[in-house]
Parts: sequence; C-alpha cells; structure tokens
Amino acid sequence: MQIVAVFFVAVLVNNFVLYYFVGICPFIGVSKKVDAATSMGIAVTFVMTITAAVTWLINNLVLIPFGLPFLEYVSYIVVIASLVQFLEMFIKKTFPELYKTLGIFLPLITTNCAILFVALIQAMRAYGFITSIAFGFGAGVGFTLAIVIMAGIREQLEVADIPRPFRGAAITLIVAGVLALAFMGFTGLVSA
Amino acid sequence: MKNETLLSHFGKGLIQNNPVFVQVLGMCPTLAVTTSAVNGLAMGAATTFVLFFSAAIASLVNVIVPSQVRIPVYAVIIATFVTIADLILKAFFPPLSAALGPYVPLIVVNCMILGRIEAFATRNPILPSLADALGMGAGFTGALMVLGAIRELLGAGEIFGAVIFGSAYPPMLIMILPPGAFLVLGILMALFNHLQEKDIPILRKAG
Repeated sequence: MQIVAVFFVAVLVNNFVLYYFVGICPFIGVSKKVDAATSMGIAVTFVMTITAAVTWLINNLVLIPFGLPFLEYVSYIVVIASLVQFLEMFIKKTFPELYKTLGIFLPLITTNCAILFVALIQAMRAYGFITSIAFGFGAGVGFTLAIVIMAGIREQLEVADIPRPFRGAAITLIVAGVLALAFMGFTGLVSA
Repeated sequence: MKNETLLSHFGKGLIQNNPVFVQVLGMCPTLAVTTSAVNGLAMGAATTFVLFFSAAIASLVNVIVPSQVRIPVYAVIIATFVTIADLILKAFFPPLSAALGPYVPLIVVNCMILGRIEAFATRNPILPSLADALGMGAGFTGALMVLGAIRELLGAGEIFGAVIFGSAYPPMLIMILPPGAFLVLGILMALFNHLQEKDIPILRKAG
C-alpha cells in the first residue's frame, strides 16, 4: 500500500518539476515538440528508476555500514554520470533515430538535478528497496507527464501572438506556473 | 588594461549575461529556495563559493585531464566543494541549512557551474576564470535575492524578515507556494528582456 501511495504522490501531488522544481532545464529546453518531450521523459524515467535502485544499494550496503555518509554526494554523482554515459552509448548503438532526437540533452541528464534528487530523497526518507524503486519510477512518470503536457501547450503557443518580451523562456515559465497551480489541485489526493 | 579585462569578465556575468535572466541556467535552486530574500542570498553565496573554487581547480587541472573523462572529473571536483559548503552551512548556520534542505546538495548538478567550467574556466587562465566565476556568482546571487525579496514581500508582507506591509495586508500565499515561483520569474524575465531592448548601455547584450 505504501508503495502505491509513494508512486502516486511522486507522479501527481509532489510532481518533481511542478512541486520540487527539479529537472527544469530539460523541462524548458526539450519541451518544444511532443515527440522529443516523450523520448526525453522515457530516458529520464529509465535513468531515474535505475538510479534509485543503485544508489539505494550504495547507501545501505556501503556508505552507512562503513560510516562514510560524507561521501554521499561524490559517490552518487559518479554513479549517475557513468549510468548516463552507458545509456548514451546504448541508445546511440541500438536506436540511432532516437539518439538524433535527444541530441545534446542526453549527456545533460547527468546534470539533471531530478536524478540526483531521487537519490538524495530516498536516502533522506530511508525508503525500503522496493519503495525506492517505486519512488524513482513515479518521479520519472511525473516528469514525463509534466513535460509532455508542456510540449503540447508550447506547440499551440508557436502560433499564438505573444508580446515580444515574453517570448521564449518567460512565457514558458508563466505557463509552468499555471500548470503548477492546476497540479496543486491534487494536494490531499493521497497522503504519503 | 589587464584589470579592465578582468572587470569586464566580472560585469558580463553580473548583468549582460546574467545566468538566471539571460542564460536561463540554474533554474532549480532559483525557483525552489526563493521563498524569502535571505534564503536566496544564502543559496547564491553557497553556489558562488562552489563555482569559485571549482573554476580555480578546473582551470588548473584541465591540461592533464583527458577530454573524454572531463565531465566526470569536473563533477567530482564540484561535488567535493558542495560537500564542504554543506558541512559549513550545517555547522555554522543550522537554520539556513534546514531551510535550504536537499537543495544544497543539488548545487552539484547546477548547470550554471558545469556550464561556466566547460565554457570558460577550462579555456582560460586562472585569473580571468576567477573573475568570470565571481561575476556569474554575483549575478546569480543578485537574481535569487531579487526573486526572493519579491516573493517574500507579496507572499508574507516582509523583506529579510522585516515587516513592510503591516497587518492590514492579506498575504498572497500563492507567491510563496510553487506556482508563485514560476509566475514571478517569468514576469521578471520578460521585464529584463524589455529593458534590454530599450538599449540601456549597461544592459546591452554582450556581443
């Protein structure tokens, strides 16, 4: 039950982009087209789920038993960077088309704060192994949901007559604000 | 002449290439911790600290780091300084550390830091790199403080904890909740764009 609650809280109530403000860079950078946004969402979900599992193992089997919590940030970032590197090589080899779409944003997943945030939060809340994975997966699904909705809106914005100073990042942020307002409606849906 | 160049590196980051308003970098701490001016200041200072020392180390070691592994190397350098900053905050400013919460470790993945190291510190000698780091850090801190002050003023009627509007003002709670962050930053960014178009010399886009 707790696992289901953790999942839905991560997707809707405490959406990573619209509640915790993590993963804003790809959220703004890759949300111009729905296709690219969907691929980005899937890539992030994949990395997040694996990161949650791997960092749980590192934290609970290495860092805590050996009393090394000060190495938390360094070890997490190394794991995430190597994971992304691996994923990049894998996608480049197996799905060259997808690789073209994601372009320069794949390496940027390394500096996607959402990934590190998953690792930090699961350690901070001392989730169990399965709950951690559910949390990472839910966070990824929530990110995908937000970025795909955003891309849908931005495809419409392309043809809208926006005042000049608001074009680009400014209007995107304001739309994100309205989306965040809408997502606030989910508050109280599930209690974590 | 040399000082002038250093000053211009500093100035570029502060205003013309402001990391938040112009380059749209480092969005996640910008939006997340700016519920009050003092939080914005603290996050800006911590980020500047990390950027300054990481840029120094990166500009010194870039000759011996093979370019294939440079990103992980920089990430480890940054993570080390973030750990130091986090421990300093925890030891000397516990309330601030609690208020910033998990967003202090997230400085590791602040794209502004890696961006400046990639784009500037590894291609320039140490002095200009430090001037650039300080300028970018100051621009970042300034942006966070302005955003924090506006949200605190509208959302709680205070700035730096000092009551401005008094009890007759019903606080706009939404401003210190997540949507307020997006809305205020979006409007500020549009204002910044508007002022840049006015061609005021100090704001003119860096060629």
